[in-house]
Amino acid sequence: MQAKLNVRDVYKIFGEPTHDALERLKRGETKEQILEETGQVVGVQDASFDVEEARIFVVMGLSGSGKSTLVRMLNGLIKPTAGHILIEGDDVATCSAEKLRAIRRNKIAMVFQHFALFPHKTIAENVAYGLKIKGMGAAERRKQALAALDQVGLASWADSYPSELSGGMQQRVGLARALATDPQILLMDEPFSALDPLIRREMQEELLNLQKTLKKTIIFITHDLNEALILGDRIAIMKDGRFVQVGTAQEIVAHPADEYVSAFVADIDRGRVFTASHVANEPAAVQLSASAEEALRAMEELNRNALYVLDGEKIAGVVTYQDLSAAVRENGKGGGLAMVLLTEYPTAAEGAHLQDLYGLASTGLPIAVIDREGRLTGIVEPEAVFAQLSGEDRPQANGERDAEAATSDTRETGGAHAQPL
Amino acid sequence: MLSPSDILLIPFDDWVNTLVRDILVPNFRPFFRALQVPVTSVLNALDAFLQFVPMLVTTAVLALIAWRTVGRSMALFTLIALVFIDMIGLWPETMTTLSMILTSVLFCTIIGIPLGILAAGSNKLWAVTRPILDIMQTIPSFVYLVPIVMLFGVGMVPGIIATIIFALPPIIRLTNLGIRNVRGDLIEAAEAFGSTRWQILWEVQFPLALRTIMAGLNQTLMLSLSMVVIAALIGAGGLGLVVYTGLGRLDVGGATAGGVGIVLLAIILDRITQALGEQSGVRTPSLRQTLVSLFRARRAPTGETRETGS
Ligand SMILES: Nc1ncnc2c1ncn2[C@@H]1O[C@H](COP(=O)(O)OP(=O)(O)OP(=O)(O)O)[C@@H](O)[C@H]1O
Ligand SMILES: [Mg+2]
Repeated sequence: MQAKLNVRDVYKIFGEPTHDALERLKRGETKEQILEETGQVVGVQDASFDVEEARIFVVMGLSGSGKSTLVRMLNGLIKPTAGHILIEGDDVATCSAEKLRAIRRNKIAMVFQHFALFPHKTIAENVAYGLKIKGMGAAERRKQALAALDQVGLASWADSYPSELSGGMQQRVGLARALATDPQILLMDEPFSALDPLIRREMQEELLNLQKTLKKTIIFITHDLNEALILGDRIAIMKDGRFVQVGTAQEIVAHPADEYVSAFVADIDRGRVFTASHVANEPAAVQLSASAEEALRAMEELNRNALYVLDGEKIAGVVTYQDLSAAVRENGKGGGLAMVLLTEYPTAAEGAHLQDLYGLASTGLPIAVIDREGRLTGIVEPEAVFAQLSGEDRPQANGERDAEAATSDTRETGGAHAQPL
Repeated sequence: MLSPSDILLIPFDDWVNTLVRDILVPNFRPFFRALQVPVTSVLNALDAFLQFVPMLVTTAVLALIAWRTVGRSMALFTLIALVFIDMIGLWPETMTTLSMILTSVLFCTIIGIPLGILAAGSNKLWAVTRPILDIMQTIPSFVYLVPIVMLFGVGMVPGIIATIIFALPPIIRLTNLGIRNVRGDLIEAAEAFGSTRWQILWEVQFPLALRTIMAGLNQTLMLSLSMVVIAALIGAGGLGLVVYTGLGRLDVGGATAGGVGIVLLAIILDRITQALGEQSGVRTPSLRQTLVSLFRARRAPTGETRETGS
């Protein structure tokens, strides 16, 4: 897939002159040292990354780590001190004002932390702002604005003013305003930070939902690692203006690059980061036609106390070691599996989050992971769910599947790590 | 007692006379003449117009404006006040004063708003402008007349030029303030969507600063009114002249009549411009508006008619 946005060796130093501070940085001095000795503030240092089309790239860091500075350089609101920012080959860092305006009008839009809606314009006028700036006629831009508002479910508020809307609604308008010009790239600077937790979750879900159809290239800023892990196809963790780690959610949680990242990872909400497929074992099962003898042997080999039974491709049910061995004791070894087959069994989709498996796991039966056609693609042992939720290393021999799950997942990993050129 | 003037008496007045009579006036006369031209033509047109329109029509129009902007009681006040002015025989003078004020406010707006906008955009320009405005506002209105007489002579138009200069600072100040106070993230948002500087000014900064600018306009208008009266000293006409002649002849009644006319005019203009300022700027919708907008949303959207109004 083609990269929409390439960021190469970007630095931002606040305060003049900048070359001294740049040199000091390259010599390896820290942000604090430079501030103390020269009075200049290092906003961003040595940032390089690519964002591929239709991906969400999340930049996560604490206050003052340079997130806003970085994202504002992407649309030229802040000029980088050094480096290149390429949007489809055009360098935002060096292009003319004219060109920059054209890029802002057509290719890249922004959503702000405090919404930044124009209080003197109606919701529809706010959403139509980018279109008006481009010189579109009143009727046409109203139509497009209403369509954009419809996407975020606020079409009926078109003629209200921003002050009449709640925070969550205002940010939906902010999103609609950014979507109205149909840009390929969306910059979102902590768009949900000003919202309360419940609304924030709702907005995260909604963004992911919208993204399924919109397929924008999104650069999303947050100071909340949970949010980063939920939304990000790839995540960059930033500290003192520098990326300390770039990778997928699973990579970051499974292999934090340093103590700084580990400290964050320690208190994330694992139930929302990991999905059923991350903790699933291979879909071992027996056919319905198999004998009780065979099924018992299979369970002993796999060291499990329940086993799924297939009828051809379809799941017929599940048998437990306990039931089956009792039946064998009573009826001899000849009986089939059908008589002890449990047809009520817990199932989950591959993408289901661990938090949703929690209830299923408490039934004690292994959870059948099924694909869209209802075929068994994996089995989640209840213990694995609890182990992952508590952050322990995975029991059993699942280590390899873990790595495999991370790569076979839709999230891309190729070229995930930012490399200074 | 020894005083410094015994040792050295500086012929300051002679120096100034030389500077003005021998240097400024001969060399820059065409320049100062040219400056007077637009003021003269606007003033003459306005005065001719206001003198021509029948008193009742003017009164009705002003009362209507007061009704639309302020309310019914202010409309009634306007009506009674203007009728009273007419009945004490000061209608023509009042209209002359009104046209002088309007001329001055017009030029203050034309000069002041762009200057305020420029100053808001550049800290350097503001650093230069600000002390000048400070000085302008500390000079007593009376003293303004001196350099004006030096450069422009006496008469109606020099009086108005003095008024313009005197009344200019608030509108520059408050335009600058209003534009600077527009939230930074709104400017950033406008910029992020690819607005030109001009579009940012027109779409975002100016509408949001309008309330503050209108407050400046109100102050400018009030200053104009007070100065226009004092300008009678250098030959400007209108109500100021009525007061001035009254004082000169120790005619208490005449001076008081002129004073009352000025006060009534001041109240009317002040209330109307204040109300205009409150109407403009950021709308804070009431409950009723909210309900109306809910209702309106359900009907077919009616296009951006609102926009043309703002
Ligand atoms: N205009 C500026 N002039 C000087 N220093 C600045 C400027 N803007 C930002 N900085 C500095 O750059 C660093 C990064 O700031 P930035 O706003 O990018 O942080 P952030 O990660 O967005 O923080 P937050 O979560 O608080 O928004 C900070 O140390 C800040 O003080
Ligand atoms: Mg920030």
